[in-house]
Amino acid sequence: MKMNRRDFMKANAAIAAASVAGLALPTSASNLITSSEQTKLEWNKAPCRFCGTGCSVMVATRDGKVVATHGDPKSEVNRGLNCIKGYFLSKIMYGRDRLQTPMLRMTDGKYDKHGEFTPITWEKAFDTMAERWKATMKAKGPTAVGMFGSGQWTVWEGYAAVKLMKAGFGSNNIDPNARHCMASAVGGFMRTFGIDEPMGCYDDMEAADAFVLWGSNMAEMHPILWTRITDRRLSAPHVKVAVLSTFEHRSFDLSDLSIVFTPQTDLAMLNFIANYIIQNDKVNKDFVNKHVNFRKGTTDIGYGLRPTHPLEKKAKNVATAGDSTPMTFDEFAKYVADYDVESVSKLSGVPEHKLIELAELYADPNRKVTSFWTMGFNQHTRGVWCNNLIYNIHLLVGKISTPGNSPFSLTGQPSACGTAREVGTFSHRLPADMVVTNPEHRKRAEEIWHIPSGIIPPKPGYHAVEQNRRLKDGDLNCYWVQVNNNIQAGANINEEGLPGYRNPENFIVVSDAYPTVTTQAADLILPTAMWVEKEGAYGNAERRTQFWHQMVKAPGESYSDLWQLMEFSKRFTTDEVWPADVLAANPSFKGKTLFEVLYQNGNVDKFPLSDADPKYLNDEAKHFGFYVQKGLFEEYATFGRGHGHDLADFDMYHKEHGLRWPVVDGKETKWRFREGSDPYVKAGSDYEFYGKPDGRAVIFALPYEPAAESPDEEYDIWLSTGRVLEHWHSGSMTQRVPELYKAFPDAVCFMHPDDAKKRGLRRGDEIRVISRRGEIKTRVETRGRNKPPVGLVFVPWFDASQLINKVTLDATDPLSKQTDFKKCAIKIVKA
Amino acid sequence: MKAYKLVAMIALLGLSVGAMAESVPDEKIATLRLAPLNIEPTPPAMQKVVNNDVKQVRSYPMQPPVIPHKIDGYQIDLKVNKCIQCHSRTSASSAPMVSVTHYMDRDNNFLTNLSPRRYFCTQCHAPQLDAKLLVENDFIDIEQLIKAKAAVKH
Repeated sequence: MKMNRRDFMKANAAIAAASVAGLALPTSASNLITSSEQTKLEWNKAPCRFCGTGCSVMVATRDGKVVATHGDPKSEVNRGLNCIKGYFLSKIMYGRDRLQTPMLRMTDGKYDKHGEFTPITWEKAFDTMAERWKATMKAKGPTAVGMFGSGQWTVWEGYAAVKLMKAGFGSNNIDPNARHCMASAVGGFMRTFGIDEPMGCYDDMEAADAFVLWGSNMAEMHPILWTRITDRRLSAPHVKVAVLSTFEHRSFDLSDLSIVFTPQTDLAMLNFIANYIIQNDKVNKDFVNKHVNFRKGTTDIGYGLRPTHPLEKKAKNVATAGDSTPMTFDEFAKYVADYDVESVSKLSGVPEHKLIELAELYADPNRKVTSFWTMGFNQHTRGVWCNNLIYNIHLLVGKISTPGNSPFSLTGQPSACGTAREVGTFSHRLPADMVVTNPEHRKRAEEIWHIPSGIIPPKPGYHAVEQNRRLKDGDLNCYWVQVNNNIQAGANINEEGLPGYRNPENFIVVSDAYPTVTTQAADLILPTAMWVEKEGAYGNAERRTQFWHQMVKAPGESYSDLWQLMEFSKRFTTDEVWPADVLAANPSFKGKTLFEVLYQNGNVDKFPLSDADPKYLNDEAKHFGFYVQKGLFEEYATFGRGHGHDLADFDMYHKEHGLRWPVVDGKETKWRFREGSDPYVKAGSDYEFYGKPDGRAVIFALPYEPAAESPDEEYDIWLSTGRVLEHWHSGSMTQRVPELYKAFPDAVCFMHPDDAKKRGLRRGDEIRVISRRGEIKTRVETRGRNKPPVGLVFVPWFDASQLINKVTLDATDPLSKQTDFKKCAIKIVKA
Repeated sequence: MKAYKLVAMIALLGLSVGAMAESVPDEKIATLRLAPLNIEPTPPAMQKVVNNDVKQVRSYPMQPPVIPHKIDGYQIDLKVNKCIQCHSRTSASSAPMVSVTHYMDRDNNFLTNLSPRRYFCTQCHAPQLDAKLLVENDFIDIEQLIKAKAAVKH
């Protein structure tokens, strides 16, 4: 559409109106501004704030404001592209309702659990918190305090938080929302390979001949990776794309092989493929003989519900869920032989010819195949099994660790890998894949942190779902939530999360940039700096670590999570929180503040303020008087250097547009476990899965087991939840961007037209979506991007006014403790 | 006059004066919900797609334009791309041609046709519904920022 004369006049009228409003126009001979003083923008790189793809963006600032963003042309990840959310990053910090000051629930000037949110000073906020924390720890010990963090924490924020909780308060009750997102992926990696995170990288996408999506709608959830797959598929016509899901979605638009299967039967399909490979003599015997062990896993492991739940009582092996015993190849072959094409076709609802076509993509020795998965596998009561089973297939045919041959677990958050996993902000973890249950690991952490031995507790803390349960039960009483919106994101919030947060015994603190439903359920709200309002680092799904500088100031009295954590640590002394016997044995620590022992330990405060580039803001470094981000990062990096997790020097990351670890001798690693591309693989070994003591990966025999809850006569339809392209997670950023909001303003219930008709419903009708646990009101959508089969509906969770997690079930994978948000039974009635 | 201009500048820069000085009851705090957590709000009626073909001003030059018309039932898949029937270089339609960047490959070389990496239009472009914003956004267009600054200087 060209601008006609009338439009042009209109535009000029707008300029005229601006000058009437007192905005004198610059004196210029032309209607264009051309002087470089006025047109020049300050451009700097930053990773995108949203998903785990980890696109790099260029951010333009002018006069203290972000005024534009675009895809970073120098980034290998996205080469100048962004998705619709990424293109609107410029606006995410400017929602009018940014929190500006701490707010405490008060009545008549005093804290009151039922009071109104009242602005207070930071001093008062920290005083109130410290008082509650100290009283609680004195009465009940460190297990009564906890923290729920995020895969959106920057690397040093997550690291500072782990230190505060595990080394400061002596509590392992810290878990990230990444538990909801990829704990099963971690479980799969650790079980099969003994070391976390993908062996391959995004370069696989330009090398593969086939892509298989297992429960991953990349077209909407990882759009930039989808552009790379689309590029490959359309420019190389021999390439095949297979898309598997429980409902049809946008990724099916590129699909050569479309498979919609009955929920939970992915387990059987995975075993069928292994069986097919063996039956058709397509096993890469040389690879398997040299690099693989076989083990049989424990079965009947329960569903991670409360121990009182009938399903948990019925399950035989809850306590030994992670166990396995060695087996031979022949025994494995016999184990999967039950998964023949006829029975699996019947179970999954997938035609036999499609199952065979799928299996052939893996079996064909001349085809390089990359598998992708996200929440379909991970949010699954057998999520670790799914991860193990897909590795089985790739290992059987030796299609791994070479360009294009890649079992690739994608992540949902920008630093689920970089912070949650690598830093180890989980209730059982320490940095660099170490765990609190291992005395050697605790010792190493205590040494690096310069704290006495015996501070880090050996027992894992409460994981995400357990935290909500313990809040409800009154075992966890002081709780700090940072960078997430768990009242919207956590499952079964009606029965667990909400009663937990509102339990009168508990004090809930929520740090956020915006008022969310989680702040609504809180007692104290802390206004928080976000994204380029602070210096940060994220790690994406291909092991790429990316840094950014602070570019603008945060509004009002907002401060970063890092500032908040470190300031809060000043309010405690070791005498108040550390065991008396440990202090008696280490008297030099007596009377010191946690700030001193954690962050002024000679490591974290090692680098002076003058090391920070004066070109950029750095509110935290200026406040604390040293280059805090560098000190935290360098101390953290000590854990992984020389141990397969090598990170480069801090300063290097500010220059590079991301580097994939291990970074050894200044060189990043694209494919791990293969000789020649991974410096950790011994010469002559060809492949080495060095996470395991004998260098062999494990193929696990694991069965199909049913879902925790399936439709029955009353609750007669499956509910799957998830995201939409235009909104990221709970929508707290994207719902405040007008263009994104208007693209998809309200959640809807995507439904098959026959299911609607059967219930007397039409598109747009108001309905109640009801489970045994709770309900929401929404509207019927029978058209649009998602096309569920009869018997299943899809409701996205971005909408704060339709909290679909009131309906979902908090069944988890007993191994990974990750919730299955994709399967529960509901009924739908007209409202 | 100068003071007036300064106020205008502050307003434009979104520097709120004394924001959130008062108490807020919990059901009013979550701006995207504005209802108690134990109540199920009635969802708004489904909105219509803005279908007026009026081009919206971009927030900055690199912003992908929003789609000012309906795309219901538009096929974009392995077989066909409906959007490009009108938005291609050679189309007789008055629809704007896609940006030249859409002809570039990963290495910024120009191709003879639309780059496959840009094939799925809806990854960046979306129609807009006539929904009422729940929260205003104070992002400032660079032109306004420059003008406001110039106004203060003068």
